[in-house]
Amino acid sequence: MDVIRIEHLHKTYRTGFRMRRQEVIKDLSLTVREGEIYGFIGPNGAGKTSTIKILVGLAHATSGTISLFGKKGPRPEQKALIGFLPERPYFYEYLTAREFLDFYGQLFGVPAPVRARRADKLLERVKLSAWRDTPLHKFSKGMLQRVGVAQALINDPKLVILDEPMSGLDPLGRMLIRDLIVGLKSQHKTVFFSSHILSDVELICDRVGILVDGRMRGEGTLDELLNNKTRFIEIVVRPPLEKLEALRSGLASLAMDVSVQGEERLLVRVGDAAQKRDVLNWLRDRDVDIESLIPRRESLEELFVDELSGGRGDAGVSPG
Amino acid sequence: MAPQRIKAIAANTFREAVRDKILYSLLFFALVMIGSSVLVAELTIGEFLKIVKDVGLGSISIFGVLIAVFVGIQLVTREIDRKTVYTVLSKPVHRWEFIVGKFLGLGSTLFVELSIMTAGLLILVGITGSEFAPALAGAVALIYLELLFLTAFSILFSTFSTPTLSALFTLSVYAIGHMSNDIYRFGQKADAEWIRVASRALYYLLPNLEYFNIKNEVVHDVDMLPGQIGYAVVYGLVYTAIVLFAAIVIFERRDFK
Repeated sequence: MDVIRIEHLHKTYRTGFRMRRQEVIKDLSLTVREGEIYGFIGPNGAGKTSTIKILVGLAHATSGTISLFGKKGPRPEQKALIGFLPERPYFYEYLTAREFLDFYGQLFGVPAPVRARRADKLLERVKLSAWRDTPLHKFSKGMLQRVGVAQALINDPKLVILDEPMSGLDPLGRMLIRDLIVGLKSQHKTVFFSSHILSDVELICDRVGILVDGRMRGEGTLDELLNNKTRFIEIVVRPPLEKLEALRSGLASLAMDVSVQGEERLLVRVGDAAQKRDVLNWLRDRDVDIESLIPRRESLEELFVDELSGGRGDAGVSPG
Repeated sequence: MAPQRIKAIAANTFREAVRDKILYSLLFFALVMIGSSVLVAELTIGEFLKIVKDVGLGSISIFGVLIAVFVGIQLVTREIDRKTVYTVLSKPVHRWEFIVGKFLGLGSTLFVELSIMTAGLLILVGITGSEFAPALAGAVALIYLELLFLTAFSILFSTFSTPTLSALFTLSVYAIGHMSNDIYRFGQKADAEWIRVASRALYYLLPNLEYFNIKNEVVHDVDMLPGQIGYAVVYGLVYTAIVLFAAIVIFERRDFK
């Protein structure tokens, strides 16, 4: 089942005194399947947050349809199954962590004893048990983000939507959030999160959608998005110094590219399996040790930069 | 269930208000003002009790308005400014429930404030004067109605405007509301027909907050007709409901950017 299905979504804001039209989402379609981690990536101002706001009912679509759990939405009965963490969240800072979670539990109609039990469990899970009775204004940014994630889970949701959950966090904080997201998947929850930190997306997402200037520029698994792009394999050899030059000129005709690294290693790049076989056979015949062999696939970052530079004008003019 | 969610939002609003320092400073000055009415009365010849009541009720009214406007507006616009409203409205909460919850939360905050100030005044009257005055409670009840009315306006303005403008608008409603009688009276004395028509139209268009003002009657022990108070109650409740409805309509359509 598709947990989220967005079809031909458009969003136009009217801004300023003259109500100038500003189109932030242009014909966006995407689907998120049950149980997957979906990374919604794009540069700042691409329209990620606007899309998410429409998904959770904070803004209204100009046109297009949104289906959640197979039904047109967002409606309250669907929102009951969603956990949401907004971008750079601000919370009721005069509340303690427990009061805070209790309040949101009440909005979902969770009975009091269940609320208390769940709040304690969630605080433990985000490693904030020791601060359960501390008011939120004494929390650090990373702690707020974590209590925000706990808030998004208080209704035991089927779908968790996180807007830039890792932005502004230190490496440790990011790792914690990453682990939490992976943990949610293992509980068979669907996670939809936006990010511009690509390494985080690359590590944990099953599928990604790339949004640039309000348009989807690519959607699929990481393999689908990255595979058909040029890949190469790096072979590093460390021959005796006196053979270095001879090997280099010999390999030059077999490989894509050969270069000397650090004056004692040869870095050989081959483009496909046939080339790889030829190079390896050639090296074996000459009894040269191979130090390493690494397939280099294009990183998400490179793909992203490709998409960004591909026929696009300005970036970051609309509210993200 | 809607009642549970409204209750949660109202309770949270109340909790935010009572943990706010502005509230306590306003309350402190209100009690000082009420207390100081004794000094003013001492300096005047005769009518001691009347002056205590007069200054006391005046202070309750003015500080009540200040609390309703400033604390009220802050509690709504801050939710939007700080984006706390994002986490609430993304839950299975209808937007009208949020507005009604906010209104009830502010209403209960004002009720507690007014009760404390009234208790201060009653103690003062009890110490300095003679008998307990039930009419005082009646006057305060109508002040409370007026504050609820202003709270509805402050919520309405907060749904589409900035805190400063909202405060300005709400205070304008307060000022105009107490002047609409005068506009009518002065207008009817004009020679030009159109001024008389315009002033009459304005009188019916603008809210009339003088209905809630029975301070003079209470201070001077003038008998009031029950119909007069009944009319004020119905007028206040209906008008408040209409303003809240308008706030809900605007809030429902709003995009949170």
